[in-house]
Amino acid sequence: MNAKAYALYLKDFRSEIRTRYAVNSLAMFVLVATSVILFSIGNETITQSLTAGLFWVVIFFSAMSGLSRAFVSEEERGTSLTLQLIAAPSTIFSGKLLFNIVLVFCMNIVITLLYSALFDGFVIKNLALFIAAFFFGNAGLAIASTIIAAIISKAGAKGTLYPVLSFPILLPLILTSVQLTLMSFEGASFIEAKFELAIIICYDVIMLTASYLLFDFVWKD
Amino acid sequence: MNNYFLHVKNISKFFGRRLIFKDMTFEINNNGIIGISGDNGSGKSTLVKIIAGITSPSSGEIVHQDRGKEIIPEKLHNYIGFVSPYLVLYEEFSAYENLSFFSNIRGIKLNIERADFLLEKLLLFKRKDDLVKTYSSGMKQRLKFIFALIHNPSLIILDEPTSNLDSSGKDTVYQLVENESKSNIIIIASNEQSDLNLCQREIKLQDFKLS
Repeated sequence: MNAKAYALYLKDFRSEIRTRYAVNSLAMFVLVATSVILFSIGNETITQSLTAGLFWVVIFFSAMSGLSRAFVSEEERGTSLTLQLIAAPSTIFSGKLLFNIVLVFCMNIVITLLYSALFDGFVIKNLALFIAAFFFGNAGLAIASTIIAAIISKAGAKGTLYPVLSFPILLPLILTSVQLTLMSFEGASFIEAKFELAIIICYDVIMLTASYLLFDFVWKD
Repeated sequence: MNNYFLHVKNISKFFGRRLIFKDMTFEINNNGIIGISGDNGSGKSTLVKIIAGITSPSSGEIVHQDRGKEIIPEKLHNYIGFVSPYLVLYEEFSAYENLSFFSNIRGIKLNIERADFLLEKLLLFKRKDDLVKTYSSGMKQRLKFIFALIHNPSLIILDEPTSNLDSSGKDTVYQLVENESKSNIIIIASNEQSDLNLCQREIKLQDFKLS
């Protein structure tokens, strides 16, 4: 990340404050999805494994509703060309990635707080492990969502294509994150979770490297 | 004296199976205004986008050199100013905010004196703090000239530069273009005879169609 990418992030941040392009849809989705889950559970007590799964389901679909905006909004407004004329592709990807990382972390902190307050099964016994899962899971989600957003922004049916294309790419990340979250609920140690942690860190590194390599080809007509 | 050199080497462009132009070769190494003319759909915009590095040619190569050194694609945007009707600036920001963000993203400090000079010249100074979405189409077009010139580019590409402009706006733009052409290379892609009258040399796209 350099000063140019940070300047692009600031531009996106200011633009988001004025247009509320992504934040509104994210907030509404989090609210609606959590409410629907709460209503459907009723008075039932759900297991910790189901709680961990539902936690990441809300995160996944919330990300689908908001993170594609990084590139789709530029394409829809016709400002992609402007960006191409002022910055190198790597700067653009870094700026957009930084924006999505901030967005995904803010969104998921809200989801975590909501789950902690509303779900009895959401009891974290190993906080450090949960934070590690949360950090690497969210980083992976932001990286993968950013490059997928860049790919689908050039396509016709953006709305439907995004979750469809994201699902197979994000599946290993979501499965591992669910497993790590469950382990943090059960109080497992880092030694016991080392295999899952290795998978999630490798996933993040591979996605980041592949994204930077691919972005030039995706971005240019 | 500009030390910029542009070499278009045997470029061809296809959209699917449709040929736009074939084996186009030319060089530009002197300051001045070069026109690109052709019928609607002949590929004027495609050619200028290829020169600006926004679109890839199907075959061939474009070489940009500054002071004898080849410019790598990642740095090309620093040397190019671009105006076109399909270029869109951020409507949720004011003219000044747009220029400030663009300079920061380029990694340079906004040259306030030059920004004010260009805003004054293009009659936008009094509206510089208004959101771009409140501008008329002619004002947006004039703002695009400031966007293109603010970083002192060596190669200025103008695609349909006078679209949406009234006669006084056209005169201002022509005056600005003539001034800039003394120290830079300017490429104008247009069908407007008044635009092409400024050019010292003209490239006709119909000469590069498959016969």
